[in-house]
Amino acid sequence: MAKVLVVTSGKGGVGKTTTTAAIGAALAQNGKKVVVVDFDVGLRNLDLVMGAERRVVFDLINVVQGVSKLPQALIRDKRLENLWLLPASQTRDKDALTEEGVGRVIAELRETFDWIICDSPAGIERGATLAMRFADEAIIVTNPEVSSVRDSDRIIGMLDSKTVKAEKGERVEKHVLITRYDPARAARGEMLSIEDVLDILATPLLGIVPESQDVLRASNVGSPVTLNSPASAPSRAYIDATRRLLGETLDMTVPAERVGLMNRLLGRRAA
Amino acid sequence: MSVKFLRLFGSRPDSAVVARERLQILLAHERGTLGQQPDLLSKLREEILAVVSRHVALDPDKVIVRMDRGKNVSTLEVDIELPNGLEPALAAAG
Repeated sequence: MAKVLVVTSGKGGVGKTTTTAAIGAALAQNGKKVVVVDFDVGLRNLDLVMGAERRVVFDLINVVQGVSKLPQALIRDKRLENLWLLPASQTRDKDALTEEGVGRVIAELRETFDWIICDSPAGIERGATLAMRFADEAIIVTNPEVSSVRDSDRIIGMLDSKTVKAEKGERVEKHVLITRYDPARAARGEMLSIEDVLDILATPLLGIVPESQDVLRASNVGSPVTLNSPASAPSRAYIDATRRLLGETLDMTVPAERVGLMNRLLGRRAA
Repeated sequence: MSVKFLRLFGSRPDSAVVARERLQILLAHERGTLGQQPDLLSKLREEILAVVSRHVALDPDKVIVRMDRGKNVSTLEVDIELPNGLEPALAAAG
């Protein structure tokens, strides 16, 4: 049965698009048929992170408004044959999305895909509320930092009240994913700890993605980090998170960069 | 160096501890006001104002309704300033 997963956060710049691409690719590598949907109308970026920016012809708004059929707008990934992208429009504004139209597109996607991952825009306005509206599950991407945690708390409240599931008296299954985590700073008491964040948000943890240069490097070349450097620390965290989404129980660890002996002696980071 | 020296004696708390405490206080408040009943306080204020002004004349701006949410107990504080010598006028009108 198809699952609709929203990747959301409230705050911008915490890693929603990186997470959507990384987990989308990891699910596809697990044999699932996956579509990643960009809801950030006017400021689309998922196409860029996925390396498909030059292949966009039609977009979500075109499909919602009936200008194009859904299959015309879907872009198949060049690396993974069961990964697809539905891009957002770059020229229209978010008011072009209607609840009825988005509902129709999601229902049609449910017929073909195992996982429909909705990459939410930042904020709590139309784009963000529509991205979460039809969700079965949610990943709340949170940085261990006060403003991100506050916004996540607000978003959790909305997931519990403003989704179709919530209105039917059901629950959206929620997971917190902590990103840009720096274990050294947390150990020095300079960064909110995992326990602090989970205690405050009272939501189960899906994974801990360490701050890493591999994430920027992957977006530079337009490839999900889980494909671009599968052995890197963030990729291992995303792959574990994906396996938890699929129902596996794994020990929670913060993957660390693998530093070679020479580099360690010279005090350098692994490149 | 002095910062490190002070931390050694525990006089400067870790900033993460400060962050956690600030968040806990803030969110306890926001969950109450922005949560299920986004306008609870303004509704309370309106209705209290209506009831009290049936009996005493008052300046609506001098009615303060404040809520403090604690872990176990929350308090509702209502502060109404009554001008002296105005009561009879309203009793006649009401």
